[in-house]
Amino acid sequence: MSSFTKMFSSSIGNKILVALTGLFLCSFLIIHVSGNLQLFYHDNGMAFNTYTVFMTTNPLIKTVSYILYVSILFHAFKGLHLAYKNKKARPVSYAVTNASANSHWTSRNMGVLGTILLVFIVVHMSDFWYEYKFGHLPFVKYEKNLTTGEITSSPFQGQISGKQEQYVVEAENKEVTIVKDLYAEVQEEFKNPLMVALYVIAMAAVSFHLFHGFKSGFQTLGLNHKKYNGIIRFLALYVFAIIIPVTFAAMPVYFFLK
Amino acid sequence: MSGNMNLTLKVWRQKNKDSKGLLETYNVKNISPDMSFLEMFDVLNEELITKGEEPIAFDHDCREGICGMCSMYINGRPHGPKRGVTTCQLHMRSFKDGDTIVVEPWRATAFPVIKDLSVDRSAFDRIIASGGFVSVNTGNARDANNIPIPKDDADTAFDAAACIGCGACVAACKNASAMLFVSAKVSQLALLPQGQPERYMRVQSMVGQMDEEGFGNCTNTGACEAECPKGISLSNIARMNRDYIAAGLGSE
Repeated sequence: MSSFTKMFSSSIGNKILVALTGLFLCSFLIIHVSGNLQLFYHDNGMAFNTYTVFMTTNPLIKTVSYILYVSILFHAFKGLHLAYKNKKARPVSYAVTNASANSHWTSRNMGVLGTILLVFIVVHMSDFWYEYKFGHLPFVKYEKNLTTGEITSSPFQGQISGKQEQYVVEAENKEVTIVKDLYAEVQEEFKNPLMVALYVIAMAAVSFHLFHGFKSGFQTLGLNHKKYNGIIRFLALYVFAIIIPVTFAAMPVYFFLK
Repeated sequence: MSGNMNLTLKVWRQKNKDSKGLLETYNVKNISPDMSFLEMFDVLNEELITKGEEPIAFDHDCREGICGMCSMYINGRPHGPKRGVTTCQLHMRSFKDGDTIVVEPWRATAFPVIKDLSVDRSAFDRIIASGGFVSVNTGNARDANNIPIPKDDADTAFDAAACIGCGACVAACKNASAMLFVSAKVSQLALLPQGQPERYMRVQSMVGQMDEEGFGNCTNTGACEAECPKGISLSNIARMNRDYIAAGLGSE
């Protein structure tokens, strides 16, 4: 066991842990952005709200989400700790530096970008995660006509036993679903232009952070191979620096303009 | 002479390890574009000595790009504006008449300034020493090519072995990390059959010594590879990480 302790307390070991948690967070973003695409459905949020119930009740997903919270905290604070140690490795700084001649600025500003993201995650989770778990979100009742597929929604004032109630009224040929209305919270949040601006800025930070971070994670794990470097660079740029942040940023903008 | 230039130099002057240094301004005149950067410093030092001032201390030895001594951080880059060269291989034709050139020593906790532009790079020697020995058979000289080595491996090992230990990687890195240097020294042996018996022991002790010396952590900016006068590749760092992981997971 001592060889593990020695390995993970070394500089390379520390970086391996940051790389592993970072790549895990990258994989989470794929799930998060795909699920949130349901915000774009024209169904008054039924798909999104029922998906939210699934994501907060499924035992497997709940387990992974706790691993995720630990990973976010570890990645952020270990990263900041390493950045602090790196500062100490050069106590007297250069009078003149021309770093743009030898490296990309994203790679030199991971600490700053990461700090922006940490602040964003705190705001984001207190607005949605905390509100959903501990706040007082209203309930909404969806009635889906089983013949035409038409969905109507109305506020629901009563109490339900769990997070969701779903039943079929056979006489009227409809399916009734009652859930917490996180969708309404999303709509409300993004009426505020400041929030929209914060989200868009944070997504720019995600883009730059992952453009370097995704490639860097593989390099730290020793996965640098002529045959695969091309695909890693491709994914870093197109998937993690463009598609994911742009799709995320489109969500607040969509609700603001809606 | 036509084409000669007048330059303003801002050079880091520091009496000794413990004193505080500062940038001093010097005007050098009539510098030939064919001079090397170090020859320009020789001219300046001659002038300073004639005037009875203390000449600028700077490291240099072979002046042909193989010893790795000439550690000058010139206008924000180790070994100046050109890629793939040491300071002695940098010529004054890379500058224009009237330019201001800022010259600083390597800056790192692990490379304390001894005097002016001269830094103590013995941390590198201690890292190499910590790598230990390589098992070889003594006795009669063996036949050439007795041990078959794939051509690609031999070439890659040779590329890693081209490292001259100048420290430009540490100087260029925003974290003052020595990963490129250590990975070159690890790789040149890890790639060859002769390096196998102590391969995993070696990577562990060299990384351990590197951490102890107070170098920073690598964040894969790639500045080291870009500034390395010998073109040492970042793939060496990945190889060292792989070996280090294998050593940590596999050892008892």
